[in-house]
Amino acid sequence: MTVKSTARARKKAAPGVRATAKDAQPELVQLLTPEGERVEHPDFPLTVEADELRALYRDLVLVRRFDAEATSLQRQGELGLWASLLGQEAAQVGSGRAMRPGDYAFPTYREHGVAWCRDVDPLNLLGMFRGVNHGGWDPNEKNFHLYTIVIGAQTLHATGYAMGITKDGADDAVIAYFGDGASSQGDVNEAFTFASVYNSPVVFFCQNNQWAISEPTTTQTKIPLYRRASGFGFPGIRVDGNDVLACLAVTRWALEHARTGNGPVLIEAFTYRMGAHTTSDDPTRYRAADETEAWKAKDPITRLRTLLEKEGLADEEFFASIEAESEQLGLRVREGVRSMPDPDPTLIFDHVYAEPHALVDEERAEYIEYAASFEAGENH
Amino acid sequence: MAGQLSIAKALNGALRKSLESDPKTVLMGEDIGKLGGVFRITDGLQKDFGEDRVIDTPLAESGIVGTAIGLALRGYRPVVEIQFDGFVYPAFDQIVSQLAKMHARALGHVKMPVTVRIPYAGGIGAVEHHSESHEAYFAHTAGLRVVTPSNAHDAHWMLRQAIESDDPVIFLEPKRRYWDKGEVGESADLGLHDARIVRPGADATLIAYGPMVKVCLEAAAAAEEDGRRLEVVDLRSLTPVDFAALEESVKRTGRGIVVHEAPVFLGMGAELAARLTERCFYHLEAPILRVGGYYAPYPPSRVEESFLPDLDRVLDAVDRAFAY
Ligand SMILES: Cc1ncc(C[n+]2csc(CCOP(=O)(O)OP(=O)(O)O)c2C)c(N)n1
Ligand SMILES: [Mg+2]
Repeated sequence: MTVKSTARARKKAAPGVRATAKDAQPELVQLLTPEGERVEHPDFPLTVEADELRALYRDLVLVRRFDAEATSLQRQGELGLWASLLGQEAAQVGSGRAMRPGDYAFPTYREHGVAWCRDVDPLNLLGMFRGVNHGGWDPNEKNFHLYTIVIGAQTLHATGYAMGITKDGADDAVIAYFGDGASSQGDVNEAFTFASVYNSPVVFFCQNNQWAISEPTTTQTKIPLYRRASGFGFPGIRVDGNDVLACLAVTRWALEHARTGNGPVLIEAFTYRMGAHTTSDDPTRYRAADETEAWKAKDPITRLRTLLEKEGLADEEFFASIEAESEQLGLRVREGVRSMPDPDPTLIFDHVYAEPHALVDEERAEYIEYAASFEAGENH
Repeated sequence: MAGQLSIAKALNGALRKSLESDPKTVLMGEDIGKLGGVFRITDGLQKDFGEDRVIDTPLAESGIVGTAIGLALRGYRPVVEIQFDGFVYPAFDQIVSQLAKMHARALGHVKMPVTVRIPYAGGIGAVEHHSESHEAYFAHTAGLRVVTPSNAHDAHWMLRQAIESDDPVIFLEPKRRYWDKGEVGESADLGLHDARIVRPGADATLIAYGPMVKVCLEAAAAAEEDGRRLEVVDLRSLTPVDFAALEESVKRTGRGIVVHEAPVFLGMGAELAARLTERCFYHLEAPILRVGGYYAPYPPSRVEESFLPDLDRVLDAVDRAFAY
């Protein structure tokens, strides 16, 4: 029964649906092997010019550099916390670069690579980790929503935004980012339902980095996550999340599918969290070092560099220039964070409401008077 | 249990004892197994009691509390951990509409011995959703018992009492005090819902709970230098409230000041002030005052010191109470 109806869906719908057949081995869309070999996939043909490949390489390297800088800034006490994207650069850059300017991204707290692709100043991302704000950018400026810490909540916001696009008759699309752990949340499953029944132009982009803090993906699911989509009535595709070309091609296809009125798509980017969950976490308590070692061989940057070198698409000069640029980025981030001023405490009362609110105004005045009493030396 | 224990270790010991003494006790939560919880409160328990009794759940708070209700219906005694205060809201329906009401709806035929442990309140320099004081939401809901210890002894014994209770208990753990050490006595010296006078005094009563008890003790020590003897009462239980103890103290001192991290507006202090005013009106030298957070979202960590009541804010209120 299941197999038959899946087969029917296969004919009608997306290429990725093929992978939802019950007996199928999890299929992994891959266009660039860990060894740097370019391979073809019948459903996701991709032509990339040399300059595009070089641009993707640049993105990956700079994003990783930014992330490393943030990690060390946390160690130096400049940030309170950092959630590293190490290992997930390709999933984020590939999907991020698949977006058009009018598309909209709803991130978790780890999508620094997507922010980069949306041209959000990396320094803006650091405010909340330093503790000077809870967001710190205008989401509508770059169509990149605020980071959401409450697991899964943003998938509903993304879906609602996508419902609005449909009402407007526009051809934009939305990407909702979330993790393997988040897939268990009610909100995420409700987002799937809404997006499905309203045929909303939203791509659910799950970075399965194998871990939700200390819990392996097996704590969340018994079937490969991409197969969840079939129960909600839309296509699910598993892509090699460390392959920037596959992530680009599959996300482009999914966004096109969504924006042309075919409804949502679930992409499971199969990847790995190379670092700790955050700088507060100690992964040696729950996972084996050889697992991390094994994933190192699948590094997203190395394989693209191998391709560029092998095909003679980039020379030493190019790699050196990217290296220099990443040094500059590191320096800019370092200096930018160190010179970030502590906010005035009256920020507590800012923007609590869009319109005046008597109690907030009263408490702000009280606070100012109280703080001034110290300066005047009246108090203690 | 001689020697100094941190609150974290005292809680860990209480969970261990509860698992040992009642085979129906099960722990559930995110990352509570191998990791031992993000605060290590369940450290080592899965290793010793197995994955059947110390359960790493899927990442879904509504699921955690909802299934704990089902386990309770089947005769188990679930103790669930919510990872941080700000992540309990996905379980809000299960807590306030289901857990709190089940006993009454079943005309007393079923019991809900579920303990929901939540690290709460601020002061640890965390990002958003990791510093909230939401006790009033739960205390406002009849059917739930809400308690919060301030020291290692109470942490241990109150948790054991909470787990033994046949009612649902919201057990709020003051996370910024997890590493504070204290003596844990050989037995519970108070009932779960009794308040404790932690510092006697004659001139005014500071009423606090959880993380603010320490602040009030510091304020009382500082006030002594000004010749003011402040009594500090650790409320411990937010519902039911030990009004008899509070009334006795406030009638004696003539002044009462409630201190909590949660916003003052519609916080615990509002209820305490109203009831104490009714009970102690003719003994009061001043209105019951409140010191707390502002009517604003918990701010970014670099300014949280300005949001949280501290020694100066408490003493400022003491001054105002004496100025009446
Ligand atoms: C509702 C909610 N519950 C718990 C948490 C605490 N928490 C933060 S990240 C995390 C794990 C998330 O795992 P996953 O969705 O796989 O994303 P990843 O961190 O791996 O990118 C948890 C449990 C939270 N932020 N929100
Ligand atoms: Mg994950």
